[in-house]
Amino acid sequence: MPTNGKSDSKMEIPNGLWIRCDGCGEILYRKSLEQNLFICSRCSYHFRINARKYIEILLDADTFEEFDPHLTPQNPLDFPKYPEKVAEAQKKTELDEGFTYGKGKISSFPIILGVMDFNFMGGSMGSVVGEKVARSIRLAREEKIPLTIIATSGGARMQEGIFSLMQMAKTSAELALLAQERIPYIVILTNPTMAGVLASYASLGDIIISEPKALLGFAGARVIEGTIGEKLPEGFQTAEFLSKHGFVDIVVSRKFLRSTLTKIIDMLWGKGKAEIEPKREFVE
Amino acid sequence: MTISWLEFEKPIADIQDKIDELTAITGYESEISKLRTQIEKLKTKLYSDLTPWQKVLLARHPSRPYMLDYIDLITSEFIELAGDRGFADDKAIVGGLAKIDLGEDKHLNVAIIGTQKGRETKDKIARNFGMPHPDGYRKALRIMKLAEKFDLPIVTLVDTPGAYPGVGAEERGQAEAIARNLREMSVLRVPVVVIITGEGGSGGALALAVGNRVLAMEYSVYSVISPEGCASILWRDSDKAEDAAKALKISSSDLFQFGIIDEIVPEPLGGAHQDYKLAAKYIKESILKYLAELKNMTPEELIAQRVEKFQSIGVYKSN
Ligand SMILES: [Zn+2]
Repeated sequence: MPTNGKSDSKMEIPNGLWIRCDGCGEILYRKSLEQNLFICSRCSYHFRINARKYIEILLDADTFEEFDPHLTPQNPLDFPKYPEKVAEAQKKTELDEGFTYGKGKISSFPIILGVMDFNFMGGSMGSVVGEKVARSIRLAREEKIPLTIIATSGGARMQEGIFSLMQMAKTSAELALLAQERIPYIVILTNPTMAGVLASYASLGDIIISEPKALLGFAGARVIEGTIGEKLPEGFQTAEFLSKHGFVDIVVSRKFLRSTLTKIIDMLWGKGKAEIEPKREFVE
Repeated sequence: MTISWLEFEKPIADIQDKIDELTAITGYESEISKLRTQIEKLKTKLYSDLTPWQKVLLARHPSRPYMLDYIDLITSEFIELAGDRGFADDKAIVGGLAKIDLGEDKHLNVAIIGTQKGRETKDKIARNFGMPHPDGYRKALRIMKLAEKFDLPIVTLVDTPGAYPGVGAEERGQAEAIARNLREMSVLRVPVVVIITGEGGSGGALALAVGNRVLAMEYSVYSVISPEGCASILWRDSDKAEDAAKALKISSSDLFQFGIIDEIVPEPLGGAHQDYKLAAKYIKESILKYLAELKNMTPEELIAQRVEKFQSIGVYKSN
């Protein structure tokens, strides 16, 4: 279930003018890749992007107001080398932790948006991520504003042990209260969302959207292969696999996340009053 | 039933063998009594100073009482319910309606749900070694909702290595089943008392453990990951499980210190498997004590208390 918080470095977008696509091997010009929201123009492979970028893509310009940016992790178990790992991740991401949330607007609709960041210890959930996710849910409940969480995570953070596990219950309990108030909660799953995060708030959306080909599952492929003693079939635990088995509503390209989310919020919450405003160059 | 001994228990096993030998012949009463004193002393010493890994081994002890053993010893009647009404009846989880004997001809009706590991090879396979599929979690939730509907308190007994990692489990939404249980259990309108009786294996255990009171037996462990899993991720070496068991702080005393559990349920000297009846007596006392505490709370109070309990868990610093 948990991860060691090491991100898969091959999945990060390197600096430089030219970038090789992990999906098809094509060499891509960085500028045009960026204009295309880091989707390969040849094979539609979705490169991993950070929390800031998702906020930029989804929300109306300059509407995001961040909450609790400076909650920082402690070392409740005195786990060996954990503080060093946290410091390293903080330096690398320029974030205090792997979840960013706040209030903003999407096509003029108010929204609470929370985004996980895989570059921060593999998006793993410890006390801070759990607490901030819980607070984002509470904020949506108190302000009666729809909530969207963009998930990506290897699972619970091993170094905080039982405290990490309990964040699954904490966030899910907050969602029960949100559901009682009938406020929309929409999940966007991105590559990868696994284990303790998929087994809590990432599976509890009123509506669940996923980016194409995202790896989604409870147990890691290696653990399953080790248990059953055989190789897993191609496409196992992808967004398309989960969609086929009934656990994802919509698999949609990053290009259409904003318009899809806007439509859903409008239909669930907007009583048909608002118009969908086209945004920037990437709405078709 | 013959008890199997763990390696670190060998000194005790040796003396026990001697006692058994001498008991078979007459005339050694004083010898036997001396050995008995010796064995008690040794046990007291050994079990008061267990390493985290030895506690893991006790929690997994093959002779440890399981859910159905406790049902036999705690309840005067039990009607097992089966199936998730969607796909299957997962035998790794047992649940049903039960009566707990209160003495003087009084009974308490409860719903009781827990994981079941299986004892002999065939049974172990049928129970999938106590590792539930999504169907098991959905069955558990169905029985919990039934209990809520008819105002019955819920008791869960948790002893699982974890939710099963398999193809079918993924296809049928292991993650979704666990997540749903976490959400739905947190707002059940009836009292929920949870006892970790052996292995509290990560999300697969938590999916039955969102209670108003969460207790753990003395030699149980509760962890985000198995020591072996942790060791293989962290040090790429599952043989370092002993070190991982220590680093993860998963024993009942750690959990109590962290405020994760409300009480440590004592075990007979040497572990629950040394005396099923006594272990069951302690469990029953704890269940009744906490159900009595919760009895007069309104549904709203129960939900608020349960939600707050989990909301408050976490260690962080606000800068
Ligand atoms: Zn490509």
